[in-house]
Amino acid sequence: MKNYMKLEIPSKSVNEAFARAAVGAFAAQTDLNVEELADIKTSVSEAVTNSIIHGYRNERGIIYIECGLSEKDGKCMIEVTVRDEGCGIADIEKAMEPLFTTAADEERSGMGFTVMQSFMDSLKVTSEPGTGTTVTMTKQIGVGADD
Amino acid sequence: MKCELNQNGGELTAALYGEIDQHCADEIREQIDRELDIKNIFSLIIDLKNVGFMDSSGLGLIMGRYKKIKARGGKMKIVGLTPKTDRLLEMSGIKKLIDKE
Repeated sequence: MKNYMKLEIPSKSVNEAFARAAVGAFAAQTDLNVEELADIKTSVSEAVTNSIIHGYRNERGIIYIECGLSEKDGKCMIEVTVRDEGCGIADIEKAMEPLFTTAADEERSGMGFTVMQSFMDSLKVTSEPGTGTTVTMTKQIGVGADD
Repeated sequence: MKCELNQNGGELTAALYGEIDQHCADEIREQIDRELDIKNIFSLIIDLKNVGFMDSSGLGLIMGRYKKIKARGGKMKIVGLTPKTDRLLEMSGIKKLIDKE
């Protein structure tokens, strides 16, 4: 099954729910189970929230979301890319450490990347300060725990 | 409404509803903290039974309330954990610190 979708949304927090619902609805054409769907939606929510809070620092910007479905070894694979043109991340390794946050006073948990890493099969983060950040995540459908 | 508060003496129960993300976390935080600040609360119970979705912003909310109630010598408990919310709490390590049911 090959398919894709692209989505462009302003960096408003109200769009977090929309973004994860939209990706979830796209992913629902596969035979994914409830757990896999929840994992994907949570990961999208994390990536989009990061772009809003850290990438654009709550200023106006655009978030680009792309989803692709492909088939590998007879299994369906979903790839989700969330990209922003915000301030970027200087030290990606540091940013990905569990509990690390640059916004502790705002009560951020520092768990965003850790959640994405745990809930998806792969996570790739590319970023350049001043240019923006791209998060690419993949997950194979139908290999996780039974429904 | 995302958060329903019920006070019983020094105990405050915050029942959360629906989808908990960064968009609504601030409002819930303010709601709970307002009660914590003006009333003599020493025990906070967070009920996640009706939460259908939560991401790490919800974790931040819970961790923040834990710090706040702990700082005044109070205690916090989480009830109504589902496999999904349980997994998130486990991941952050806060589960070890909080009473849960």
